[in-house]
Amino acid sequence: MTSVKLKLKDSDVQKLKEIAHSFNNEAGELINVLHKSQEHFGYLPAEVQEVVAEELNIPVAKVYGVVTFYSFFTMLPRGRYPISICTGTACYVRGAEKVLDEFKRILKVPVGETTADGKFSITCLRCVGACGLAPVVMVGDKTYGRVTTDGVKDILKEYENEE
Amino acid sequence: MAKYKMHMLVCGGTGCHASDSDMLFENLKKEVQDNNLENDVQVIATGCFGFCEKGPIVKVIPDNTFYVQVTPNDAKEIVAEHAIKGRAVKRLLYTDPVKKEQIPDSKHMGFYKKQLRIALRNCGMIDPENINEYLAADGYEAMGKVLLEMTPEETIKEVMDSGLRGRGGGGFPTGLKWQIASKNHADQKYVVCNADEGDPGAFMDRSILEGDPHSVLEAMVINGYCIAATKGLIYIRAEYPLAIHRLKIAIDQAREYGLLGKDILGSGFDFDVEIRYGAGAFVCGEETALIHSMEGERGEPTFKPPFPAQSGYQGKPTNVNNVETYANIPVIITKGAKWFASIGTEKSKGTKVFALAGKINNVGLIEVPMGITLREVIFEIGGGIQGGKKFKAVQTGGPSGGCLTEKHLDTPIDFDNLLAVGSMMGSGGMIVMDEDDCMVAVAKFYLEFTVEESCGKCSPCRIGNKRLHEQLDIISKGNATEKDLDNLKNLSNVIKDTSLCGLGQTSPNPVLSTMENFWDEYLAHVNEKRCPSGVCKDLIRYEVIAENCVGCTACARNCPVNCIAGERKQVHIIDQSLCIKCGACLEKCKFNAIAVI
Repeated sequence: MTSVKLKLKDSDVQKLKEIAHSFNNEAGELINVLHKSQEHFGYLPAEVQEVVAEELNIPVAKVYGVVTFYSFFTMLPRGRYPISICTGTACYVRGAEKVLDEFKRILKVPVGETTADGKFSITCLRCVGACGLAPVVMVGDKTYGRVTTDGVKDILKEYENEE
Repeated sequence: MAKYKMHMLVCGGTGCHASDSDMLFENLKKEVQDNNLENDVQVIATGCFGFCEKGPIVKVIPDNTFYVQVTPNDAKEIVAEHAIKGRAVKRLLYTDPVKKEQIPDSKHMGFYKKQLRIALRNCGMIDPENINEYLAADGYEAMGKVLLEMTPEETIKEVMDSGLRGRGGGGFPTGLKWQIASKNHADQKYVVCNADEGDPGAFMDRSILEGDPHSVLEAMVINGYCIAATKGLIYIRAEYPLAIHRLKIAIDQAREYGLLGKDILGSGFDFDVEIRYGAGAFVCGEETALIHSMEGERGEPTFKPPFPAQSGYQGKPTNVNNVETYANIPVIITKGAKWFASIGTEKSKGTKVFALAGKINNVGLIEVPMGITLREVIFEIGGGIQGGKKFKAVQTGGPSGGCLTEKHLDTPIDFDNLLAVGSMMGSGGMIVMDEDDCMVAVAKFYLEFTVEESCGKCSPCRIGNKRLHEQLDIISKGNATEKDLDNLKNLSNVIKDTSLCGLGQTSPNPVLSTMENFWDEYLAHVNEKRCPSGVCKDLIRYEVIAENCVGCTACARNCPVNCIAGERKQVHIIDQSLCIKCGACLEKCKFNAIAVI
């Protein structure tokens, strides 16, 4: 997994300390601390993991091991409008793969990456449980159901004028 | 509490939520207010009704009128017609696809006729965010009975006698699990609810937590009392925000009412519940992996024994049960083990919730007695296959299960029968496939999932599944020989026999069951280099059928790579060297002039 190099601001470090402190700096709360940290930063770069490791008094390798184990955690920033395509079985048999291919073709980025302008990112997720609407696509918190390959353009159009 | 003349129940489950049911709910409330009906008509957001295909759903009580595909704009008409004039809004009623008749109430719908709702008893009936509604539906009565009138031994016996088996997939007898945990002594024990529903296409646990969270809390207290645990943990997927939200409300309300916390109902028994979040790992459905994840570790399974009942969370005796299993407990206590055991088959008692999805008319969540046949589920409740296509297979048990075919349709569904025919109950996902689905591609899809979700701890699962996936890829590209099929089968059996946990022990099932039931299809890929269902891209090509082509240019205009040439009113031609086989031309052609060869 690649990562982005950055320098954390003092206020960011402070925020991470607060998060760790709210869980009593307990090593067993690592996953909860990471959830909160990702909520705050949007992703978990190496620099964030270093601070978390120090605060919980565990090796950075362990934090990295946990971050890379779970699919919910990401070390790359997502787009401002993160697109998630459900590739659960129900969506798969109703054509999710074709929808995914269309997003990849139009945005010209592979799964897991973000467009150069930072606007969209594509990820796959496994079943949001809205199988009645299969295939399902989520952009941020908004759910689109029964998406067709033609519908992909229309979804992207909605965000055309957004910054 | 005010006495209402009419209740309007609006589905507030995730599926309907995604189709604006929250706005519909607000609009209905506003219309009721604008017409000064607040004292007569109550609008309630409930959990899932199960009939997700036709959502959003609105049900009107007392007449049981069942409205489907209701939009926020329909609120005005529903209130004006139904609440004020007492007439159902006909255009929103469900139309039977076979008889073409409108069906006014849910009791007469094919979808509900054969269902028996025990675990889902309150879903779609009560407001999950209001504890009073659960109490009015006999909520916490079982807990009261257990804490005040029964000993732990008596309670465990009741659960054992009911014959309830774990609904998360394993099918281990719940009462026996509790008994083992109760016999291990420690200063602290734990009760864990497994709500890490990772099986793609199954969403019953989420629906129960969204629609009836208190039933799970109540059962956890009962479980705690039986095994002398005072702490409960719910391990839930972070991908289920609505379920988490409702669960938090339920926990707060239960504490406020003294139904969780110290000295519950004056019984002297203490019990409280905390929520722990998953972070997206299928293997965490395995109980040892789940426990490691709750401890902040990578969710890797460990060898059993020791079982969690001996050494689980923080090394203490821990009892892990799934959401649906818990949802059955309060009813077993109030109605008795005998009643529960009278439902179902000899070795699988009670009901099972299934998530019907895929190429079926009525996608949704159903609860049926054990022993019902696949035919009844798919063709009566599910309303048959979409678009009049032919049924090909049904996949049960998720990535660990198998594909069953026509010849299995009359097998009564229970834990043992499904295992005997090479599949499994799993958590209850049922994905229906039609003639357009290629079984090699389906097996490959599942292996892709397993490869991604394998935790990597044991090599049969980590390396073996990767190799299985590669083999399937080679087959789907037409580069395999019959010898490769033998290897595929051998490797599958080795992985099954040697993997550490349930994930690897079952991951080759989709391969083995499709090979068993669709051997011809594998042979076609290998010997004839042909994909009979027209799915595997490397083995198909799209061609224009000259005599059908009228030259409307629809295909050429919609081709994303501009590889279709042809003048207006002339027969078009596809340039095979550029075609990416996306199928857009086939979808767009109205004259049946594109064929998959």
